[in-house]
Amino acid sequence: MSTIDRIALANAKAKGRRPYFFEHPEAERVLNITMAVMQELAVTRERLDTLERLLESKGVLARAEIEAYAPDRPAAQQRADAHQELIGRCLRILQQEVEALHDAPQAAATADELASS
Amino acid sequence: MDAREQSFAGPPPYQAVGRHAVMPETSHDEAARFNFLANLNKYLSSALLPGVKRAYEQRAKPRFVAEHGRLPQHRREVRELMAQESAYQNWSALRRSTMECRQQAGRAVVLRQLDRLNRTAAALNQDSPRLHLQPDFAVPRYVAAVDHHCMPGGYTGELAADDVSAPANYDVGIFATTGGALGRYSDGGGRALVSWLQEAHPDFRPRRILDIGCGLGHNTLPLAQAFPDAEVVAVDVAAPMLRYAHARARSLGVSNVRFVQANAEHLDEADQSFDLIVSCMVLHETSRTAIEKLFGETRRLLAPGGMVLHVEQPQYHGMDVFEQFLRDWDAFNNNEPFWTTMHDMDLRALAVRHGFASEQTFETGVRAANDDSLFPPSDVRKEDYGRAAAWYVFGARA
Repeated sequence: MSTIDRIALANAKAKGRRPYFFEHPEAERVLNITMAVMQELAVTRERLDTLERLLESKGVLARAEIEAYAPDRPAAQQRADAHQELIGRCLRILQQEVEALHDAPQAAATADELASS
Repeated sequence: MDAREQSFAGPPPYQAVGRHAVMPETSHDEAARFNFLANLNKYLSSALLPGVKRAYEQRAKPRFVAEHGRLPQHRREVRELMAQESAYQNWSALRRSTMECRQQAGRAVVLRQLDRLNRTAAALNQDSPRLHLQPDFAVPRYVAAVDHHCMPGGYTGELAADDVSAPANYDVGIFATTGGALGRYSDGGGRALVSWLQEAHPDFRPRRILDIGCGLGHNTLPLAQAFPDAEVVAVDVAAPMLRYAHARARSLGVSNVRFVQANAEHLDEADQSFDLIVSCMVLHETSRTAIEKLFGETRRLLAPGGMVLHVEQPQYHGMDVFEQFLRDWDAFNNNEPFWTTMHDMDLRALAVRHGFASEQTFETGVRAANDDSLFPPSDVRKEDYGRAAAWYVFGARA
């Protein structure tokens, strides 16, 4: 068995200067991360589609049942919680920037105080 | 009825890609990743690229005319103008990102099964009289120093003994870049050459065929199959490509090809010993010095009545500067450093300089003729400036 680091090598950079097209490289950095996430979302959707088609072909369910599915009250609550959790996790930085508006002056003063204490 | 429902308009599903013994296995999600990338490429060429053209016509060109009192006369001027256009920035950034995603996806598939792939290839290659590698071979700098089209490690990179990771990655992922337009076995270039030969020269029966820069042999095999009585010599400078090419050919049942590690600038073959010499998307990955030697060597090797055919993207001469600028994208953004120089060259003058008669040189276009209804015919595909299954051929007769 070879002992290559397959994860690092799969992500390796090609030789040569990488071109950046936007004025700010950080925009391009975020775009590239977003595209990778988009790819993985597409992959997950294709997997779900495979799953649904197989379940239907085996008579486990009809896909119309999925479209018509209505959660009962506890399920609806769990799903709403899951949405909130996902949104909060992904948009963490926006929440933290809002928090910073409130505590920034105080935080800066505290940091200065501790740095010189 | 939605037009989309009437005919299959998307790239074919990855599951339609042809299999052979050294083709990496793909899981459901790995295949889905290639499906996504093929569709993303289609989106870039059909939804975003028209915006790049529009930004040039409506904004960039008038801006240039207002400032200079004339139209842009060189692709460099177009490039400087377009670098400021967000439509171009978006398309380019996504195109580059997609190339990198494709490399990552292919390498991830290959590296998790590399030991098995290397062992399978080695078993098919062992003691074969049709594979000739040279352990101390000097790879020319124009191949060794560049990771062409952003393949980390390039054509020659080796991660283990008997390594085939580079060609396996090339093979498993080219579908994503071309949207399946090259056919089940990604051999559209080779099949296009065969179709053209059969149509334009139905009586041509080459006895010996040389394929220069054969890579993983995907364009070699259609020629070998079309001329089963011919002896085909396929040369490349990269040992991993040849290991994979030989194993692939053997697995696909093609036995009239010898895969030889050699530099086609100077081959150990007799004068006038080939009736047909081809290269498929190779010239742009060489160098100014190498291409001179290649043309000289092909002239020496070509038998009377024989033919040289170089398959490439179109040359720039006589081409609109905006199209030149688009076609030049790979030179700057996809690790193709010789692309621009090569496409600016006068290939006819080059051929004449090396002893071909000017009236015996010719230029023509060839297209991949696909045989599988799952794959879209190449003539309905939108031009994607370097990605479509249609090529320019520079040819010369001896």
